[in-house]
Amino acid sequence: MNLAATALHIRLPLWRAWVVVVLLLLWFIALLVRGLYLQVMNNDFLRQKGDARYSRVIELSAHRGMITDRRGEPLAISTPVESVWASPQDVELTADKSHRLARLLDLSQKEIEHHLLGSQKEFVYLKRGLPPDQAARVMELGIPGIFLQRGYRRYYPAGDVMAHVLGFTNVDDNGQEGMELTYQNWLAGKTGSRRVIKDRIGHIIEDVESVKTPQEGRNLALSIDRSIQYLAFRELKSAVEAHKAKAGAIVVLNARTGEILAMANLPSYNPNNRVKLDRNSTRNRSITDSFEPGSTLKPFTISAALESGKYKPGSMIETAPGYFSIGPATIHDAHPEGLLSVAQVIQKSSNVGAARIALTLPPEYMWSTFNHIGFGQVPHSGFPGEASGRLRPYKTWRPIEQATMAYGHGISVSLLQLARAYTVFANDGELKPLSMLKLDEAPAGERVFSPKTAQEMLAMLEMVVQPGGTAPRARIIGYRVAGKTGTAHKEENGGYARNKYVASFVGLAPASDPRLIVAVMIDEPEGQYYGGLVAAPVFSNVMGGALRMLSVPPDAPTTNTLLPDEGPVVKEGA
Amino acid sequence: MVKLNLLLMVIAVFCAMGVVTSQHKARKMFVDLQQEESLAKQMEVEWGQLQLEQSTWAMHARIEKIATSYLQMKMPDPAKTQVITLQAPPPGARP
Repeated sequence: MNLAATALHIRLPLWRAWVVVVLLLLWFIALLVRGLYLQVMNNDFLRQKGDARYSRVIELSAHRGMITDRRGEPLAISTPVESVWASPQDVELTADKSHRLARLLDLSQKEIEHHLLGSQKEFVYLKRGLPPDQAARVMELGIPGIFLQRGYRRYYPAGDVMAHVLGFTNVDDNGQEGMELTYQNWLAGKTGSRRVIKDRIGHIIEDVESVKTPQEGRNLALSIDRSIQYLAFRELKSAVEAHKAKAGAIVVLNARTGEILAMANLPSYNPNNRVKLDRNSTRNRSITDSFEPGSTLKPFTISAALESGKYKPGSMIETAPGYFSIGPATIHDAHPEGLLSVAQVIQKSSNVGAARIALTLPPEYMWSTFNHIGFGQVPHSGFPGEASGRLRPYKTWRPIEQATMAYGHGISVSLLQLARAYTVFANDGELKPLSMLKLDEAPAGERVFSPKTAQEMLAMLEMVVQPGGTAPRARIIGYRVAGKTGTAHKEENGGYARNKYVASFVGLAPASDPRLIVAVMIDEPEGQYYGGLVAAPVFSNVMGGALRMLSVPPDAPTTNTLLPDEGPVVKEGA
Repeated sequence: MVKLNLLLMVIAVFCAMGVVTSQHKARKMFVDLQQEESLAKQMEVEWGQLQLEQSTWAMHARIEKIATSYLQMKMPDPAKTQVITLQAPPPGARP
C-alpha cells in the first residue's frame, strides 16, 4: 500500500515512453526486413541448402549388353566386379589388418603400405576387378577409409575360339576391337542418376525426380553359330599345327543370306587373359589382311569369259607345252597338260589356260567384273579395319598383268572378300551383301553373272573335287561339293618368294542347292603346300560337320537311305 | 458459429493425421520397393553369372573331350549312318 502510494506520486517524463515505443517499432521493422530478405530474396538458395540435408543424387549404373550367337548362346557377358579404393589420409591400419588385407587382395604387404602410408593422395585404387564375394570379405575387415566401387568386367566363355570376331573391351568396359568396338554404342549402357530423399539411417524413402534415366546396354545377336565356329577353329588349328604353318584363317558363310556363320584365325589369343598381347595374334586376318589368292580367283575370270559369249564350257584351249611366255615373263602350269576344255582349265587349274582366255577379254571388261564382285572394295561386313584388297585400274594393266590376274596373282583380296565373291555361284549370279548380325530373311543381291553362267561354273567347280581334279580331298560323303583350290606364291619384297606359299580352298555345298560357303587359307605351310592337300581337307571336315549340324539333307545319297513310306531299309543301286 | 468452427477444426486435424499416416506408409512401402528392386538387380547379376558358368561348362572343347575320352564316344562313320528323307523320294532313287 505504501509502495503503490509512492509510485503514484512519481511522475515520469513522457519521452521515456516514446523511446520504448520507437525501439519496439524499430525492432519489428528489423524483423520484417530480415523476414523479407530470407523469404523472398534468398528463398532458392536456402531451399537448396535445406534439401541438401536429406536429398541426394545417386548414380544408377547400367551394364553392357550381352553378345550372343544366332541361337542366343552367350558369347560375351558383363558381370559386376568391385574395385577396392582407399582414401589414404583416412586409413587407419594395424599390422594384423594390413597383413590380412594384403592376403585378400593378393598383394604384398609392402605394396599396401606403399599405397596407404604417408601418401598425400585422396584417391588410390588398391585393386580393380575383384569378384563381389571377395570384395565383401575385404569390407568385413572394417578398415576405415577403404571403399568399394562397382564396375563391370567382360567375360568371354568361348575364349580363343571366338576372340577375333568379338574383340575385347578395356578396363572401363569400352570396346577396343572387333564387334565390341563396332557396336560400342549399341552395347554400352548409359549411366543415369536420380534425386532421392534419404532418412537418418541412409534408407531411400522417397524418389523425388529422375535426373537422367539410365539406359541398359542392349543385347546383340551375331550371325555366328557357336557350334560351327568351334568346329572351324578346331579343324583350322589341327591343320595349321600339322603343316607347321605361320597362320591360317577360315570363313563360313550362309550361301543364301551372306551371314557369316563362323570366322576363325590363327594364331589366336585368350580375351579373358590379355597379359601378353601382340598385333600378330589379335589381328583378324580373314578381314584385315589381303593376300594374292592364286587359282581360287580363276572361276571369276572364266565366268567373265563365259558371260562375254566368246566361250562355252566345252570350248577347247591349247595349254601345251605347259608354259607360255609374254615378253620376258613365263607362265607355268604345275602339271603340263595338252588341249583342255574350259571346264578342264578349272578342274585341273591350268594357269596357261586361264591366262590365254583372259588375254582375249578386254581389260576394262575384266576389271569391271572383278570390281562388281567386290574385289578392291571394302566388303562392309561391319567389322573395323576391313581391307579392301588391291585391284589396280585397268588403264595401267600390261598384258602380263592381265594374264597373271586371271589366275589370281597381281591382285589381292581378303579371305572374307573371296568367300563373299563365291555367293554369286550359289545365288544364280547374284552377289549377296555380308552380315555379322543375324538376319531374318535373305537380303537382295546384286546381279553380276547370268543364271546360266553361274550354273555352268558351279558344274565346273564340282569337277574339281572329282577324280582328275585338283582337290579330291575336299569330297564329303553324302554331299555333292563344288570348290576351287588355290596355291599362290607369297609376295615378298616386291617379288615372289621361292618357297613360301599360301594354300587356299573355297567351296560350296551341297552343289545341287548350295547352303554354305567355306573358305580356308593356310599361310606358309611347310612341306606340302598345294591347296588341294593342305586346305581342302579342312574344308571337307568343316563343311561336312556344319551341314550335319544344320541338318541339310544329303544330295548325293549313299547306300543308306531310309525312305519313310517303305519302312525297311531301301538300298540304292551302287 | 462456434460449433461449426469446432467441427471444421476437428475435420482439419483428422485430415492432417491422415496425411501424416499415408505419407509414412508411402515411405515404408517405398523402402520395401527399393529392397525388392535391389534384390531384382542382384538376381539379374546372379543370372548373368550362371549363364556364364553354364556356357563355360558347355564349352564344345570340354564336351568333346569328355565324350571321346571318358565315354569313348565317336562319330558314326558314314557307312553306318542311315539318312531318312521326309519328302517323297526323287524319281529313280529306288532300285
